[in-house]
Amino acid sequence: MKVSVAVNGAARTDEVEPRLLLVHYLRDVVGLTGTNIGCDTSSCGACTVHVDGESVKSCTMLAVQADGAEITTIEGLASGGELHPMQEAFRQHHGLQCGYCTPGMVMAATSLLAENPSPTEAEVREGLEGNLCRCTGYHNIVKAVLAAAGAGR
Amino acid sequence: MTTVSAVSSTAVAPARVRSASLGTSRKRPDGGPKVKGEFAFSSDLWAEGALWGKVLRSPHPAARITGIDTSRARNLPGVKAVLVADDVPGNPFFGLEMKDQPVFASDVARYMGEAVAAVAADHPEVARKAAELIEVTYEPIDPLVDPERALDPVTPPMHPMGNTVRHISVRHGDAVASGDVVVEGTYEVGMQDQAFMGPESGLAIPDEDGGVDLFISTQWLHVDRDQVADCLALPPDKVRLHLAGVGGAFGAREDVSLQVHICLLALRTGRPVKMVFSREESFLGHVHRHPARMSYRHEADRDGRIVKIEAKILLDGGAYASSSTAVLANAACFAGGPYLVPNAVIDADVVRTNNPPCGAMRGFGAVQVCHAYEAQMDKLAAALGMDPVELRLRNALQPGDELLTGQALTGAAPVAEVIRRCAEAPLPPGGPADEPGSMTLPGGAGRTADPTRVRRGIGFAVGFKNLMYSEGFDDYSTARCRIEHGIVTVFSAAAEVGQGLVTLVEQIAEDVFGTDKIIVAPADTGVGSAGSTSASRQTWMSGGAVDAACRKARDSLLDLAARRHGTVAAVLEVREGRVVSFDGEIDETIEEATGGAAIEETVEFRHAPTFPLDERGQGDAHVSFAFAAHRAVVDVDLDLGLVKVVEVTTAQDVGRVLNPVQVVGQIEGGIAQGVGLAVMEEILVDQGLVRNASFTDYLIPTALDMPLVQIAALVEEPEPGAPFGAKGVGEPPTISSTAAVAAAVRAASGLALTRVPIRPEHIALAAPRQGEAGS
Repeated sequence: MKVSVAVNGAARTDEVEPRLLLVHYLRDVVGLTGTNIGCDTSSCGACTVHVDGESVKSCTMLAVQADGAEITTIEGLASGGELHPMQEAFRQHHGLQCGYCTPGMVMAATSLLAENPSPTEAEVREGLEGNLCRCTGYHNIVKAVLAAAGAGR
Repeated sequence: MTTVSAVSSTAVAPARVRSASLGTSRKRPDGGPKVKGEFAFSSDLWAEGALWGKVLRSPHPAARITGIDTSRARNLPGVKAVLVADDVPGNPFFGLEMKDQPVFASDVARYMGEAVAAVAADHPEVARKAAELIEVTYEPIDPLVDPERALDPVTPPMHPMGNTVRHISVRHGDAVASGDVVVEGTYEVGMQDQAFMGPESGLAIPDEDGGVDLFISTQWLHVDRDQVADCLALPPDKVRLHLAGVGGAFGAREDVSLQVHICLLALRTGRPVKMVFSREESFLGHVHRHPARMSYRHEADRDGRIVKIEAKILLDGGAYASSSTAVLANAACFAGGPYLVPNAVIDADVVRTNNPPCGAMRGFGAVQVCHAYEAQMDKLAAALGMDPVELRLRNALQPGDELLTGQALTGAAPVAEVIRRCAEAPLPPGGPADEPGSMTLPGGAGRTADPTRVRRGIGFAVGFKNLMYSEGFDDYSTARCRIEHGIVTVFSAAAEVGQGLVTLVEQIAEDVFGTDKIIVAPADTGVGSAGSTSASRQTWMSGGAVDAACRKARDSLLDLAARRHGTVAAVLEVREGRVVSFDGEIDETIEEATGGAAIEETVEFRHAPTFPLDERGQGDAHVSFAFAAHRAVVDVDLDLGLVKVVEVTTAQDVGRVLNPVQVVGQIEGGIAQGVGLAVMEEILVDQGLVRNASFTDYLIPTALDMPLVQIAALVEEPEPGAPFGAKGVGEPPTISSTAAVAAAVRAASGLALTRVPIRPEHIALAAPRQGEAGS
């Protein structure tokens, strides 16, 4: 089947198998490996991307379901060499260690702020509940998201 | 000039006054690439023409294999190789401590998930399908799943090397000493998974020289290399390992998982081979934390001083040895806790069973016994009518004290201080949430049967373990420093797994050269072994090696400059990346100072020697220890059995803080894993079958489950012999946090709760019903 999408602003059309997951499309067809796979069961959120501005676990969606959509991955977040404020906040606040959850966590967090620009700490925790991290204990991630929210205010 | 020299940490002066780089919260050098999605994890790698590998695993925990027919798999279009045990050219066995695990099971499969065959194909789906087409004829055997039965001499061995992997007897002091107060208990710890986020993956590329380059996420490149080379029948220098981006480790990457298989496939096909585990395969394909059964008897005098500890410790090692012998040594050596135990009778065993193999996980044997001895300390306090913190202070180890292994405690041991600082920290204000719908209620779903039946409890625990390798192991780290064309490059094979060693290496090199223009080369086997990223050892060992190599290279640089200027090195120093003389006459760049020559210094850094335990479990087996105290506050829903861990407070013995934000990161992350073991995490194994090999069924803490962490104190008492005085900080947060949470749940529920993880049914089915007597 044909799928036509805009990935990080670049339009493209690919012939894909109907059962191809969006995450495999992004990693193996488009070649953007920043989006990670952590669990295969939609539990960990490492594969979170934006589809038409909404955060989506890209292992829960078929590539063909994204037909006509605008997809943003972690690689598309920075603009003109400048880190996105959320990326900068994660870096500044040591919101990562091994970094495997980071792309998904950053994408989920930017989506959270798009819906709720000034979340409380509790709202950040609730908003990121679907994204697992095994290294940090989350506190620096929460700090980073709150800092990014403050910076965007 | 190139030299290799040996440096021992005993020669290093402790705790120098540090520069502008050490002690600061420098940002990780890999932070930028990681937030941009540009950091290449092992799963991201690709090579032109690469094939996909897939391993076929035994569905049975115990079965004889009477036939393997690979013909249908081989005939599938796109399949390039199907390998079984007969295809292993070298040693058919591998293992960290004893080579007891087959590369492929051939006559018998000993655990669910054991590798039987491997496939390489031109597409991952073809590889998967081919693996399914391999016809293995199994004759299932009654699995040996009870470690007590494994220990029984009448039980037939499930492995040619026998069921008992190791037994340790500790006989310390007077075996018949007795105290006024006696408490006994039996405790259990379930099987925890490291659950790193990035499943196992790697890329093997065959070389024209008959060797192979393996890009792999691991904790120890050289020990992988040696095992792979042995199985491949290649000289070690033909097996070149390169560290690929590691998505967390926590002990699970210390053993070989796919390394041998993927190299075999690459050499057989002559093509690069990539393999990536699914999460299910990751659960089945790496070792876990040893489940433990422990029975304890503490005797104390009326003042609460421990007189004697008797303990029996049984660890289930699963099908193969992995690092079981060293895990057991830790369990035995630290069985008494960080207390003065004048008399001890301890018998510890680790056995093989048909359960999943167990090995290294953060805390490594010290976690299991801490759960038991700290529950015992609370029991003892109750029996004495004494405050549990006071009891711990009264027994706290002090420098000079003898451990129950007879070893004198020579290093920094601020045990009483970590206890006191942790206990003195303020408690969180208020009590359990009383608003219906509050996500901070136990269970995190905003629901409770009866808000008045939510109880708050507080628990306290202290733990300790060894830093670095023990029992006479030749533990060293190699580092190289090269100065060429004015550029300083540091080489180390130490595995960065997320903990932040890469930051520290930069900080250390900058401290020596006074410039941040330092290149840290990618980790590979082109330099000597750095040892494992485990046992909280890399800050000390590879930090020490990098420091020593950089200092040696700097000294050579000064010698070179002095000769060129016809003076002596003593009047020169390296300052802000320049070579300058004290009188200011000489002031030149490093490049000018070398005069076109290249300097290269390689150092093997060793800690002070350790010694084996004797037949009575006595000996100077360890080089250094780290201590931590934890206080947990929990809310427990007595009806639903759900637990909310509200806060964990800690004070930790760190020696010296080299990067504050990284130390705190290790502590918070370690506590998350300790909380997980206390109330959430267990691999459920039923008759040898793993029942929850996924993140939908094996739950780890989320951002909502994670308690507040209050760091009451980072106790900085520099460790003699440690470079910079710094102790490793990764493991202590995971040792006593579990015990503290369990104690808090006991306090809230009034239940004995001797097993972790504590599951809802342990509380809900045991607590008195609403309206019944009791609190």
